[in-house]
Amino acid sequence: MRYTVYGLVVLLIIIHQDNWLWDDKRLILGFMPITLLYQAGISIGAAIVWFLATKFAWPHHLEEVAQEPPAQAQESGETE
Amino acid sequence: MTQLVIIGIYLALLLFLGVFSSRLFKGTSKDYMLASHSIGPFLLLMSIFGTTMTAFALVGSSGEAYKEGVGVYGMLASSSGIIHSLCFFLLGIKLWSWGYKYGYTTQIQFFRDRLESDRIGILLFPILVGLVIPYLLIGVMSSGVVISSITEGAFESSFADYDYGVPPWLGSLVISLVVLIYVFFGGMRGTAWANTFQTIVFMVLGVVTFVVISNKLGGLDAASHAVLEKNPSKLMRAVDPADRERYAERYQTWTLIAKYNYARRILKTLKLTDEQKAEAYKRFKPRFPNWQTTAEAVYANQPDPEDPEKKLYKLTNEQINKALLTQDDRVIPDPFPEKWVQGIMAHHDLREYPRKANAEEEKAMLIFAENIGHPEHDLDPDDPSKGKKWTIKKALGVYRASSWAPDAPHPMSKLVFFTYFFVPLSVGMFPHLFQHWLTARSAATFKLPVVAHPLFIMIVWVPCVLVGVWATSATFQGAPLFPPHFPANAVLAAMVKKMTSPVLAGFLTAGILAAIMSSLDSQFLCIGTMFTEDIVVHYGGKDRFTDKQVVFMARMFIIVIVAITYGFSLLEPRRVFTLGVWCFSGFSSLFPIIFAAIYWKRLTKAGAYAGVLVAIGTWLFLFKEADYALKPNYTFLGMMPVATMVVASAAAMILVSLVTRPPSKAALERFFPED
Repeated sequence: MRYTVYGLVVLLIIIHQDNWLWDDKRLILGFMPITLLYQAGISIGAAIVWFLATKFAWPHHLEEVAQEPPAQAQESGETE
Repeated sequence: MTQLVIIGIYLALLLFLGVFSSRLFKGTSKDYMLASHSIGPFLLLMSIFGTTMTAFALVGSSGEAYKEGVGVYGMLASSSGIIHSLCFFLLGIKLWSWGYKYGYTTQIQFFRDRLESDRIGILLFPILVGLVIPYLLIGVMSSGVVISSITEGAFESSFADYDYGVPPWLGSLVISLVVLIYVFFGGMRGTAWANTFQTIVFMVLGVVTFVVISNKLGGLDAASHAVLEKNPSKLMRAVDPADRERYAERYQTWTLIAKYNYARRILKTLKLTDEQKAEAYKRFKPRFPNWQTTAEAVYANQPDPEDPEKKLYKLTNEQINKALLTQDDRVIPDPFPEKWVQGIMAHHDLREYPRKANAEEEKAMLIFAENIGHPEHDLDPDDPSKGKKWTIKKALGVYRASSWAPDAPHPMSKLVFFTYFFVPLSVGMFPHLFQHWLTARSAATFKLPVVAHPLFIMIVWVPCVLVGVWATSATFQGAPLFPPHFPANAVLAAMVKKMTSPVLAGFLTAGILAAIMSSLDSQFLCIGTMFTEDIVVHYGGKDRFTDKQVVFMARMFIIVIVAITYGFSLLEPRRVFTLGVWCFSGFSSLFPIIFAAIYWKRLTKAGAYAGVLVAIGTWLFLFKEADYALKPNYTFLGMMPVATMVVASAAAMILVSLVTRPPSKAALERFFPED
C-alpha cells in the first residue's frame, strides 16, 4: 500500500499538467472556469492522497522518539 | 480614517497576544526558539500555513490572476499543495525526529553533524541569510504599500505626497516594529500563537471579501460571464481569437497616436488647424475617455480624398520607431540600431527596451496637476457632479492607460507551467520552516498539516483568483473598474476600497497584514536563532554564555537584520515580487542537498559542497542573465530558471559524492541506524 501511495503522488504530479484544458474557457455551474475547477480538484485530490499517506505510509517508528526526553544540547558527531 | 483605526486596533491586539504568550515563556533559549517542542497539530498547521503564505496569498494571487488569468492557480497554488505537503512528509518528520533526538535548532547544526563538516556552516550561513533577506523585504515593503493605499485621504493636510494617507515607509516601519515586539516578547511560542490567530483572520476575511465583491458585481454568474464576454483569455491559458483581434485593433490605433504625437510634439512638423480638429471630432466615434487625441491621430493619418498620395505628414521608419519608443516612455538607444532605421518595430521588439525611470511620474504630475488633490475634495467646488480630486496614483493610472501601448495577450507556456513545480521545493530549505517543524510535540503532530495544507491553499486561493479575474472585466457605476496597465498587486485593495464599506476595507487590510506578518515573525526569529546557534554559540562555546545572554544576542541580531532590510526597502521599491521568485528559486536549488542528506547514505561532504556551490553558481549566472530580476518573465531554455538550478546542483552533488570517500561508519549509524 505504501508504494500505491507513492504512485498516487506521482500520478497527481502528472495529471496536474492538464494540457487538454489549455484552451477551454467553459464555465461550469455558470461561473466556475473549468481550468480552475479542475485544479481545485487537484488540491482536494492532494489532500486525499496525503490522508492515505498518513494511514498507509506513515513512519510510525519516528513517533517513538517523542517518548524519550528531548536532547537539551547538540551532541555533536565527529567533525573536521 | 476608519480603516486606520481598525488597523491600529488589530496591531494592538497582536501586541497583547505577544505579551500574553510571554507569560508562558520558560526563560530558556530552547523555549524561546522552539517553544520546548510543545506545539500540537492545530497550532502547527496554522503556523506552518501562515508562514508559507506570504503577501502573495491574498494580494499576489488576485494580482497575478488579474494579469495572467485563472492558470495561475495551477501554476502557483495546486502545485504548492502537492509539493509543500510532500516536503512536510518526506523532510519535516525526519528532521523533527533528529532535531528532537540530537538537540538541533537550525539546519546548519544538522548539516554539520550529518556531513561531519564544520565548514559547511561557514558556506551555508551567508547563503541562507542572504536568501532570507529578499524574502523579508517582500513582507516589509508590501505591508507599507497596502497600508498606504487603503488609508488614502485619511489625513486632512498631512502627507500630501502620499495621497494624504500613511506613507509606505511609515507603514513598513510600524509593521516591522510590531512584529519585532511580539517576537521579542513571545519567541517561538508567541509566533506560533500569533500565526494561528492571523491565519484565521486572513482566511475568514478572504472569504467574506469574496462574497461581498461577488454580490456587488451582480453575483457569481454575472461576474464570470462579463469576463467570458470581454476577456475570454483570462478564463484559460491560451489566447482567445476575440482577444487577439481586439488587441490588434487597439495596437494599430495606438501606433497612430504615437506617430501623430511625435510629429506634432517632437518634430513639430504637424499642427492641425481648428477646422481640421473640428472635422476630426465630427468623424470620430465612439467617444471613450480622452478620445480627442485618437480622433486627431486618425484624421491626420487619413489620405487627402482628392490626392490619395498626399498625407498631412509622413515619417521615416526611424522616426516611426522613435515615435513608438517615445509614446511608450522607453529609452531610445544611442546609437540607434541600423535594423530599426530600415524596418519597423513590432510590439515585442519595443518591449526589449527598458522604460525610462520616473518618466510616468514626471509626465502625469505635469499633465494632471490641476486634477490632483485630496481625494475627498471636489474637483470643481461649484460643480460637485464633476467628481472628486484625483490621487497621484489615479493620475499615474490615467497617464499609463492613455499613453502606453496596450498589453498584448499572451498564452501561458506549458513548459513554464510544468517547471514551476520546482519553485515550491523551496519550503524544504526555508530555515524558518525548519524551525517551525522542530516545535512539533511529536511526529504524529505532522499528520494534520500534511493533509490539510492543500485544502487551506484552495480555500484562500480559489476566491482570490476568481476576484482577480473578475477585476479584468468588471464595471462599477457604469465605468470599467480598472484602466489598462493598472498595477496588478493593487487590484484587491482597490476593489475593496471602491466596492465595500470602510469597515470591511479596514478588516480586509488587517487580513492582508496578517498574511504578511505571519511570515515576517518566523523569519525574524529564525535569523536570530541562526546567528546565535550557528555562529555565536558554535564558535564561542556553549558554556561561555548563559541562556539569557543567548536570547539577548538573538534579539540584537534580529534588530540589525530588520534595520538592514528596512533600509533596502527604502532604496529598492520596484522589483520586489520578481525578487521573491528568485529568492524562492535559490532555496529550491538547495533542495537536492537536504533530500540527499536524509535519504542517501552515499552523500559525502565533498558532494554536498559541490551541490551548494553549483546551486549558487547557477543562481548567480541566471540572475545576471535575467538582468538582476529586471526581466520579469525571464526563462532559460524555455523553462523556469529554477529547473536548471535544481538539476545542476543535484547532478554535481551525485557525481562528486560517487567519486569521493563515503561518510564515516559513525555518521551512518547515527542517521541510518536501521540499515
